[in-house]
Amino acid sequence: MMRALMGALIIGLAAPALGIYLVQRRLSLIGDGIGHVALTGVGVGLLLNQSPVISAVIVAAIGAVGVELIRERGRTSGDLALALLFYGGIAGGVVLVALSDDASSNSLVQYLFGSLITTSPEDIAVIAVLGAAVIVAMVAFRPALFAVCNDEEYARVSGLPVRALNILMAVTTAVTVTIAMRTVGLLLVSALMVIPVAAAQQVTRGFRTTMAAAMAIGLVAAGVGVVVSAEADTPPGATTVILALAVFVAITVGAAGWRIVRRRAHPPHEVEPPDVVLQEVR
Amino acid sequence: MSVVNVRHAAVGYDGREILHDVSFEVGPGEVVAILGANGSGKSTLIRTILGLTPLTRGEIDLFGTPQRKFRDWARIGYVPQRLGAGSGVPATVGEVVASGRLARRGIFRMPRVADKTAVRDALTDVGLLDRINDPVTTLSGGQQQRTLIARALAGKPDLLVLDEPTAGVDAASQEAFAAALGRFQSTGGSILLVAHELGPLRPLIDRAVVVHEGRIAHVGPPPEPAGHHAEPDHDHVHPHAVQQANGICVAPTDRIPAN
Repeated sequence: MMRALMGALIIGLAAPALGIYLVQRRLSLIGDGIGHVALTGVGVGLLLNQSPVISAVIVAAIGAVGVELIRERGRTSGDLALALLFYGGIAGGVVLVALSDDASSNSLVQYLFGSLITTSPEDIAVIAVLGAAVIVAMVAFRPALFAVCNDEEYARVSGLPVRALNILMAVTTAVTVTIAMRTVGLLLVSALMVIPVAAAQQVTRGFRTTMAAAMAIGLVAAGVGVVVSAEADTPPGATTVILALAVFVAITVGAAGWRIVRRRAHPPHEVEPPDVVLQEVR
Repeated sequence: MSVVNVRHAAVGYDGREILHDVSFEVGPGEVVAILGANGSGKSTLIRTILGLTPLTRGEIDLFGTPQRKFRDWARIGYVPQRLGAGSGVPATVGEVVASGRLARRGIFRMPRVADKTAVRDALTDVGLLDRINDPVTTLSGGQQQRTLIARALAGKPDLLVLDEPTAGVDAASQEAFAAALGRFQSTGGSILLVAHELGPLRPLIDRAVVVHEGRIAHVGPPPEPAGHHAEPDHDHVHPHAVQQANGICVAPTDRIPAN
């Protein structure tokens, strides 16, 4: 239980720290796609009797860098290339897992939807080290990553190493997806990257505050999710995601209510002058 | 030594040449406007100078260094046509302007006092210091444009490159921005800007380069506006997208957007 909680808390912090950049560049679903590719890595690991976490990190990283190179070329066929990559990834994973010694459908479900209880101490060590690396990289490079995600051409003219930063983000996505597969599972990883950010940005005004708030929401959802799932005997991954969604709904409704209250108290009085010469409509 | 030196530049996309044999230069402290109709290739020209679009033929030197070997990007402040489409993640005016310091300080160093001062100075220069903590999306189009100028100024560049800085900008912002550019020039900065129409920027311009159908048609003092553009009460408004009409329609050629 303590191991499970520790793993969940690390992911709860790391996933939104990365997710905010993905949301900013409108790649909210990329985590999901990389999750599909990581499944092939799991299959490779099980087949070779190696740690599936390590092999999944490697295969997902290769996939993520490939996606980034396709995106960089900006061709319209990129969308199709991504689809091929993702479905190839999940189909490859299913086939390889079936070929391995551990070929029960149970083991597949473990990776697709997460299974903290079977997490070994070695797994937790890997999750802790990689998770810490993700958090440090995302926080330390915030100004540069923000600049690249906000306006890539401007970043390039500023002489920033845009490609290196994009590849850093791609590899970080792969790492986050893979370490999160034990907690929330490959199919729900993206949720933990995106939902806390979506919730935070309802009430924040700046990028830094959004990042901090999203990480706090992720941490709380993951922590409470593990505890609740243990009490209620529900799967921890799905429970965490539902909690995060509940936070999103609560914040959205609360913010809307607050705006209505404030508008009643201070009706808008300032109207900017029109920027055009007004003509009478005949 | 010239700040920008373009010699016999040719640029094309997908086999179609857009600029043919273009040569001009920007000297230190000079303000040069690239004028031309939409689709004339003027935006492509500055994108090529900045290295965003590759050259097919010819040479470009920046501050005396061939562009391929040029690494001192902090000396150039780029002001794009507009702020990228918002993705929903909020960012404050201060955060956007702070991006302009990255070229100077590098990505590994944390911001220092000098960086914060430069951001505040740049915002003061464009008259937006009071909005530093507001989300950029709450600003008007003209204020967003001023934010982008502040971002470029924050890096303390020697050359400002602006792409259509006055397109769709309210009169108050145009004035604020002409004043900021004037102050930049008076401290020895060079300016290269692309414009469709000069408006309040006209008194600043030392030289105009008119691009027509991918070639330079005129170099010298800014030419007088022609046709209906010259009418004293001409309110120059261009829609950002030409509406598709059914059937046959004849559009004025200067309103056909690039691409």
